[in-house]
Amino acid sequence: MATVPGPEPKRAAAKTTKTASPTRVSRVGPRGRSTSVALVAVPRPDEPVELADPRRSDVDEWGRSEHMREVARRVYGPLYRGWHRVEWEGLDKIPTEGGALLVSNHAGAIPADAPAIMHGIEEELGRPVYGLADEMFKRLPVVGTMWSRVGGVLAHPDNAYRLLREQEQLALVFPEGTKGTGKTYGERYQLRRFGRGGFVQIAMRAGVPIIPIAVVGAEEAMPILWKSNGLAKLLGVPYVPVTANMFAFAALGPLGAVLTLPAKIRIRVLDPVHFDVEPDQPRYSRSLIMDDSERIRQLIQEALLDMLRQRESVWFG
Amino acid sequence: MGRRVLITGLGTFWGSRVAQALEADPNVDVIVGLDRKEPTVPLERTEYVRSDESYSILARIVKAARIDTIVHTFLVVDSTQMRSRTIHEINVIGTMNLFAAASAPGSTVRTVVVKSSTLVYGADPKDPVWFSEESRRAQPPKAMVERSLLEVESYVRDFAVDNPHVNVAMLRFSNVLGPDITTPLAKALELPAVPAVFGFDPRFQFVHEADVVRAILFVLEGRVQGIYNVAGDGLIPWSEVAAICGKRTFPLPPFGLGLLSAPLTRLGLDLPPELLELLRHGRGVDNRRLKKVGFDYQYTSAGTVAAFVEALRIRGMVSSSETAYQYERDVEQFFRHSPAVLADTE
Repeated sequence: MATVPGPEPKRAAAKTTKTASPTRVSRVGPRGRSTSVALVAVPRPDEPVELADPRRSDVDEWGRSEHMREVARRVYGPLYRGWHRVEWEGLDKIPTEGGALLVSNHAGAIPADAPAIMHGIEEELGRPVYGLADEMFKRLPVVGTMWSRVGGVLAHPDNAYRLLREQEQLALVFPEGTKGTGKTYGERYQLRRFGRGGFVQIAMRAGVPIIPIAVVGAEEAMPILWKSNGLAKLLGVPYVPVTANMFAFAALGPLGAVLTLPAKIRIRVLDPVHFDVEPDQPRYSRSLIMDDSERIRQLIQEALLDMLRQRESVWFG
Repeated sequence: MGRRVLITGLGTFWGSRVAQALEADPNVDVIVGLDRKEPTVPLERTEYVRSDESYSILARIVKAARIDTIVHTFLVVDSTQMRSRTIHEINVIGTMNLFAAASAPGSTVRTVVVKSSTLVYGADPKDPVWFSEESRRAQPPKAMVERSLLEVESYVRDFAVDNPHVNVAMLRFSNVLGPDITTPLAKALELPAVPAVFGFDPRFQFVHEADVVRAILFVLEGRVQGIYNVAGDGLIPWSEVAAICGKRTFPLPPFGLGLLSAPLTRLGLDLPPELLELLRHGRGVDNRRLKKVGFDYQYTSAGTVAAFVEALRIRGMVSSSETAYQYERDVEQFFRHSPAVLADTE
């Protein structure tokens, strides 16, 4: 791998495969430099100087690591393809560049919809998806760290604004929150309240469209048969469920409680919803927010009912 | 006419550094430094006043020396240094007295710079990844030092509102590292293995001590107003901080850490409650506002850690044979005021 920075800029175009290797080698550069450069107090010239930034890992400001994401994709891939056999409809409605807020329904005690959506978009479109979630994750040791390494971000308006407006990323949010995942099997596919419409306000402020997504199959991947409200309150968690999986995979012990049932997952992307308001306003009309929030909820609910009508089997779609 | 500066906390790292820098500035006529402790660095022309920050003394100094600029660096942010009652006296009561003195009728004060800390934001799972200067903290403070700093900030804010003709700048500094300053985090990073809370790998932000002094001088010089976060670019996971230091981490239990803190202190690992929260949840602050008014950082977060490691390495190699500076009152008085000393003006 002796890549001498040779004087051959004209021939570079012909060797596209070779040009990839110098960039990889150059990664050694900053690491080698860091030890010597950092201490020197540089006299400041007028043009801005590139500061030495001797990073060792690829964890970004959000806690996401592309390396960990890659590992997660490799582990989850067989589950995505072979177990849930995820199928998409209208994936082309998700923009390949620019910020957008993906809004989906949320179901299953451990929801199978979030990884399926993130995995699918990252594989097909090759752009990262940041999953906005409750702070509950961040309180848990190991789980919280893993969650943020694979693209989870706390659903905070400031975080969402920065992701969507300043960095023009894709962010995924489930406005139902734990009210959606805590539904019992009898309440399946009945959308809960869409929070307080905060997701609409974020999209308005960030000036990005909302892309509604309807997911069928996550409800059956881990149905809640019964839940204990008293125990949940005692433990300070949203719900303590007894799922069908605990019985189906009883032989697997504790692993059975986290393994999803092989329900067929279908994901339908609906038409983007654009907002006719100025971005960056400190406040938006409450009625406007609630109208749009309700409209988006309705769109997803109708799509779900339509998809259920067409579904012939929970397991085969 | 040059500026007449009062520096509180001359004996602290920041106070003495700022005084040294201001001595080189020909536009500064008078530097008065206040502290309970003697200065630990040699100073040429700074007048040291040994005093606590009681109101009557402050008011007299401000008036008698016709102080027009106050640099308030005497705020304790390291709660391992002293008892909580002392911290309260220094931070809250000291600040209250200082600003009462500065707002006395006929006060000549026109510029105030306060060195606060990003501790005021706390560290909580509900925090945004980046705090802006306007962000509110998620939970009311539990740690004593955070509570006292919030009270300090409210005094500063009141003063700014009551005295619109005064330029008030408040700088909130992130975790400081550098060759010369000792902080609880620096001590933790100097251990053979770096303590980390099991299952958590929070993102940390650092600012180099040189950038801290530069930031204070920058707002002082430019008469910048308002609240500013001061922190290097980038957030680094704690595990990576340890890696840059070439150390392994050793896990602390994620629960019941409060009980462990006493035995850990015995082992030389003094982690106050505000730091334990930080080791769990981390904290990032948006540094763009200070950049926008023209400040350039010399170090990123990762660069700060690397510079710190390099300094440690050098400190290990060079034997510290030079004797530490010792303040001698009579000697200093002689050099400053005796007619026998001929001023060395070219």
